[in-house]
Amino acid sequence: MTIKEIQEEIVDEFALFDEWMDKYEHIIELGKDLPIIEEKYKTEDNLIKGCQSRVWLHAELNDGKIIFTADSDAIITKGIIALMIRVFSNHTPKEIAESDLFFIDQIGLKEHLSPTRSNGLLSMVKQIKIYSIAFQAKA
Amino acid sequence: MLNIKKIRADFPILAREVNGKPLVYFDNGATSQKPQQVIDVIDKYYTFQNSNIHRGIHTLSQEATDAYEKARITVQNFINAKHEHEVIFTSGTTGSINLVASSFAKKHLNKGDEIIISTMEHHSNIVPWQMVCEDYGAILKVVPINDKGEFLFEEFEKLLSDKTKLVAVTHVSNTLGTINPVKEIIKKAKAIGAFTLIDGAQAVPHKKVDVQELDCDFYVFSGHKMLGPTGVGILYGKEAILNSLPPYQGGGDMIKTVTFEKTTYNELPHKFEAGTPNIVGGIALAAAIDYMNNIGIHNIEAYEHELLTYATEKIKQIEGLRIIGEAKQKASVLSFVVDGTHPSDIGMIIDKLGVAIRTGHHCTEPLMNRLNVPGTARASFAFYNTTEEIDIFIEGLKRAIKMLV
Repeated sequence: MTIKEIQEEIVDEFALFDEWMDKYEHIIELGKDLPIIEEKYKTEDNLIKGCQSRVWLHAELNDGKIIFTADSDAIITKGIIALMIRVFSNHTPKEIAESDLFFIDQIGLKEHLSPTRSNGLLSMVKQIKIYSIAFQAKA
Repeated sequence: MLNIKKIRADFPILAREVNGKPLVYFDNGATSQKPQQVIDVIDKYYTFQNSNIHRGIHTLSQEATDAYEKARITVQNFINAKHEHEVIFTSGTTGSINLVASSFAKKHLNKGDEIIISTMEHHSNIVPWQMVCEDYGAILKVVPINDKGEFLFEEFEKLLSDKTKLVAVTHVSNTLGTINPVKEIIKKAKAIGAFTLIDGAQAVPHKKVDVQELDCDFYVFSGHKMLGPTGVGILYGKEAILNSLPPYQGGGDMIKTVTFEKTTYNELPHKFEAGTPNIVGGIALAAAIDYMNNIGIHNIEAYEHELLTYATEKIKQIEGLRIIGEAKQKASVLSFVVDGTHPSDIGMIIDKLGVAIRTGHHCTEPLMNRLNVPGTARASFAFYNTTEEIDIFIEGLKRAIKMLV
């Protein structure tokens, strides 16, 4: 599936939930379920520090595709990261660099990408793009 | 006794809904809400009075100047400064501290000198001192705290020496609510000839402050945390000391005469007020002070203490919750962490229930490191809050914890 298709799939999934509470509960479950980064990659270098929570992001190129792993100490952030990884991981640098991120807005969690939250999530998205450009340049 | 219903009616924002629920605003430590009386002053100023001050010959300028200088006197009386020219309008607490740091260092700071702060300082009372220490080869010393979040007075005494040039301590901790024994701190510092600066940003909205009684050299605070607008703050300084310091910024209003060869500086307070100030900010700050005076600062203090006691009792019953900051003397700040949850998760969930609290490190990262927490959730109360709102907050908190753990 393309990055766009995966996002559409997630939007459909979340359309099942009417209430913010159900959405949050789903995200919390995603966050809890997913051990998303190896301890050895939870380094200062991979740390995106915000006022609210900490986010670690690791990227490596495997067979022409970028594999992202990440983690956060806050569970809601971690749940959104799990979704983000589902969207972006295992795609080529070119696909990632050219993609638009729209699902967070459409599932009604736009505030999580607002600079006022300063929670590292916005920086994480930037970092994903930077990795894709860097890997593209290398290729 | 306060007539809370009547008071709340003065704050239009308290009637709004957030995420479909009535707003419960417990982020007063970050900024307070504004009463209609303050909003009206801002509106009136721009509608009928707007004019530049101090230099105009025309009526509007005279009126604006009078209102601005009258505001200075209101502030003077509010903190009981000896002279009105000891009240300097700045952009806020941070602006005030940077002014002192810069001018004080130029005049007094030499290699090997020491500046003492405490572990619970806000970044605004850490970074400016770090910057001048680096520039002048001085050393920053930090007074430790105990696990309850109290200033360790004996350790402070040990740090004092003939090298100490300045002691800069917060009056009330924004993160913990701790009220520091600033009068005793000032006395000790003075005894060895050190200057003192008190960060009163979290104190003036909640308790009576008398700068002559404290006998501090500098006292700083912000307008927006005490019902006034953002972008205006106060630097109080003793006349003789302010006179001895070099100006901070150069520009209009702070000069007596300018030639290309030599400039002479204006007298206090104008020497430290370069450029067109936040005129409406100063005037509206005075309106905020009038509002507080009408209610009575001692009434505010007593009522907020009740709110804190009520909330503390309630929150203590929640399993796995730990209050961060349990000093004997506390202002109306309740900081906490909950086992197995992150503060930001709690904040996000209760926001959906209409409750506004602060989460994170509260711009006190060194304090968070000392207490070994990534951050806290913080409810900070103002006199327009109620016990009913605390009940809503506690219920929301329980619901959030249930979702998260």
